[in-house]
Order: sequence, then C-alpha cells, then structure tokens
Amino acid sequence: MALNIGCAAKPGRARDNRTGSWRVFIPRFSREKCSKCGLCILICPEGCISEDEEGMPVPDYDYCKGCGVCADECPADAIEMELEEK
Amino acid sequence: MRKIMEGSHAVAEAVRLIRPGVISAYPITPQTHIVERLAEMVADGDLDADYITVESEFSALSACLGASAAGSRVYSATTSQGLAFMFEVLFNVAGMRQPVVMSIVNRALGAPLSIWNDHQDSVSCRDSGWFQLYAEDAQESMDLHFLAYRVAEDHDVLLPGFVCFDGFILSHTYEPVDMPTQEEIDAYLPPFVPVNVLDAKNPISMGMYATPDYYTEFRYDIDRAMDRAKDLLVTAGRELGESIGRDYSGLVEEYRLEDADTAFVAMGSLCGTVKDAIDEMRDSGIKAGLLKIRSYRPFPRAEIAKALSGVSRVAVLEKNVSLGSAMKGAVGPEVKDALWGSGIDVFSYVLGLGGRDVRKKDIAAINALSIAGKGDMFYGLREELI
Repeated sequence: MALNIGCAAKPGRARDNRTGSWRVFIPRFSREKCSKCGLCILICPEGCISEDEEGMPVPDYDYCKGCGVCADECPADAIEMELEEK
Repeated sequence: MRKIMEGSHAVAEAVRLIRPGVISAYPITPQTHIVERLAEMVADGDLDADYITVESEFSALSACLGASAAGSRVYSATTSQGLAFMFEVLFNVAGMRQPVVMSIVNRALGAPLSIWNDHQDSVSCRDSGWFQLYAEDAQESMDLHFLAYRVAEDHDVLLPGFVCFDGFILSHTYEPVDMPTQEEIDAYLPPFVPVNVLDAKNPISMGMYATPDYYTEFRYDIDRAMDRAKDLLVTAGRELGESIGRDYSGLVEEYRLEDADTAFVAMGSLCGTVKDAIDEMRDSGIKAGLLKIRSYRPFPRAEIAKALSGVSRVAVLEKNVSLGSAMKGAVGPEVKDALWGSGIDVFSYVLGLGGRDVRKKDIAAINALSIAGKGDMFYGLREELI
C-alpha cells in the first residue's frame, strides 16, 4: 500500500490491508488427520478458512491473525499452532 | 493604511483579509477579543464565513478539523488551558495533514491558575506536528497569519500552524499597525485547494488505522513536510515582503549581533525589551546582541549555528520551563545542540513566567550571570518566598 497523505483512503482498505502480519502463531493443517468436518471453517472469527473440492480446509494466511480458535476446537487435533519466524 | 489598533483587533482584521470559510473557537482570556471581533464581523456581514459556536476547545478544533477536511480554509484561536484541552485533536489535525491555522495568545498553564503571559502553552505542544511562529509586536502578529496560511496550505507542506503572540502584552495593547489591502492579500493568498476532500459522492476516510508496518512512515512524512515548511517559510516570507513591504524571510532575526560577546536568544515580545537593553548595554561598552527565533518549529538549527558562530556566550531567555530537565528551559538544549563543538557556552534562564515583568535591568543582570558562568536556572526567584 503506497502512503496517501494524511493516511486518507477510499473504502475497502480492510481488504487491501493484509492483517495476517499481526500473527505470532500460524495454524498448520494436517491433511492426514483432518476428518473434513468443516468446524474450523464455521468457527474462524475472521472467516478466512475456505474448503477445496475435496472438502479440505484452506486457510488464507493473508488475513489469518493466528488466534488459534480453529486449533483449539478441531475434534481431530489436525491443526497445530506453530511459532512463525518473520 | 496605518491605524492605531489593539493587537487582538489587528489579528482579527488579518483573519478577515485571509477570508476563512469556517471559524470555530471557544472564548478564553486573553484570546477573547479576537474571536468576539470576528463574531461581530460575521454577524454584520463583513466576513463571509460560518462561525460555529461550540461548548469547548476540544469541539472547536474538532469542528475546524472537519471543516478543513471538507475543503474549507479554517481559523481558530485559543490559549493556555484551552490549548491543553485541544491536545488530542492537535495531533489528529497534523496527522491528517489539514492546514488549520490557529492564533495562540500565549498564557501560563495552571495550576496555580494564571491568566497572564508566558510560553508554556505553545512550547508544550512542540511535538504535535504544528509549525510554530512567534511574533514580537502587533504588526508581526498580524503579518505572520498571512505567512502561516500560505505555508500551511502549500501542497508541499500541508501542515497546521500556530501563530503565537504574548497574551495581554500584545493582545491587549494598542500599537500602530499597517493594514494590507484586500487586493494584496488576495494576490498573496489564493483560495485553498485541498488535496483530500470529504465528499459523500466520492467517500474517503482520513487518518485511518495504521498498523506497526505503516505508522512510522506516516510520522516520517510529517517530519519531511516540516523540513519543506522551513524552506517555504523563507521564500514565502520574502514574497510577503515584496507584497506588503515587510520582509519575513528570516526564520531567525539578528539584532546588533556583529562583534557581540553575549548573544541573547529569545522569542516573542520579550525581544523588544532585550533590544532596548542591548542599546543601553552597548552605550556603556558592553557588547551584546540578540537572536530572535521566529520559527520554533521547524527549528532553524543551521541558521542559529551560523548567526551565533562568532559570539563568546549565549543566554537563552525562556518563558517556559521543562520541569525536571537539566537546562530548565526547553529552547536552550536545541540552541546548545546547534552550537555543539563550537566551544561557545550556552545557558538557559527561565523568566517571565505567569506574567512576571522582564525589565531591561533583568537582561543586564543575566548578561553578568552568563559572564560568571552561571545559568540553566530560574532567574529572579523571590528568595523570601522559598
């Protein structure tokens, strides 16, 4: 994002701002353990987990803030939070 | 045209010539005469502006911020507690890069309550991103408003600014002032052309959320704009001189500094007293001179270093106190920094707080203190009280 004078901008900045940079821990999804229940997709507070053709969860790391709710709730323990080095 | 006018009324007349679209202010001593006169002008149809009455200074500057964001040239005035009440909005105005110009009729801050003059109010807003100009007399108080708008609204700057002048000493006294014509000011100060405008048909937000990835760069942007303001103050000050016959191209002004042993450094109306004191000292063989700082922000470091390079010692006269600091005054350390490595002694003297008069004999006494190597102190304390 180029700086606009006075930090002024048209609507839509929430899309342009990749809030994933706030993250400390990153969720890693195990395709082997995943039961495709879809719970993580439903409970993600950012709505940034979608599903592919096979029903597997696909996180959008541009917006995932690493809150860990998905990992906490996953019934199959298929999501692990990993410290992210930047 | 020359007229005898009260300082506040001279400033109100300057604001009328500047043609603000919106004025919002809350009355507070000693700023009151300015805004009362402007309210009269609007009510009488002599000034085509919206005058927004508000319940506080916080609202006054907030209204100015909104009006400026909507594309208006805006004006406000305040002092002391009123300026302190605006503190949060000051940073927002600067951060949103709105060229609001405000008169600061300098007054002490409470407690204890004081309605009288010193520079604590504006000096305490040093780091808010507003440029700060200090006037010596009624004429300069008036003229610096023209310069301030010209610099603030330039698209290379887009920063708000204070025009500071001493409460009562300048605001409530009568002096002859030369009033420019409307044609002269219209030519010098064309209508404000905003960069970002609040417009419901083309919505934008201003001063948005900046994550740690962006915030530093926005602050850096303001600092660079302040540097450009320094250059523009010089060129626009010169152009103002070409228009109205009074040159304001100097960020600092020298008085009898050539061959001076002691150089005083001061801001505001105190400079007049210091000049008279210098004349008397020179009549009795003491070589003293004055460097007046007109622009405190941006700080004219190089100009100060150049002007003071030949003196033996520097006495900075401070109508403020940075409580708990080593030099006591806020201006002294920056003057010392400008002269670092030169071997020239720099001392601060805190004086004239809360309206205490500074007399010519005080200036002579400070010269003696500086020669004796005594400084970085409150000058003229009443020992019987402490």
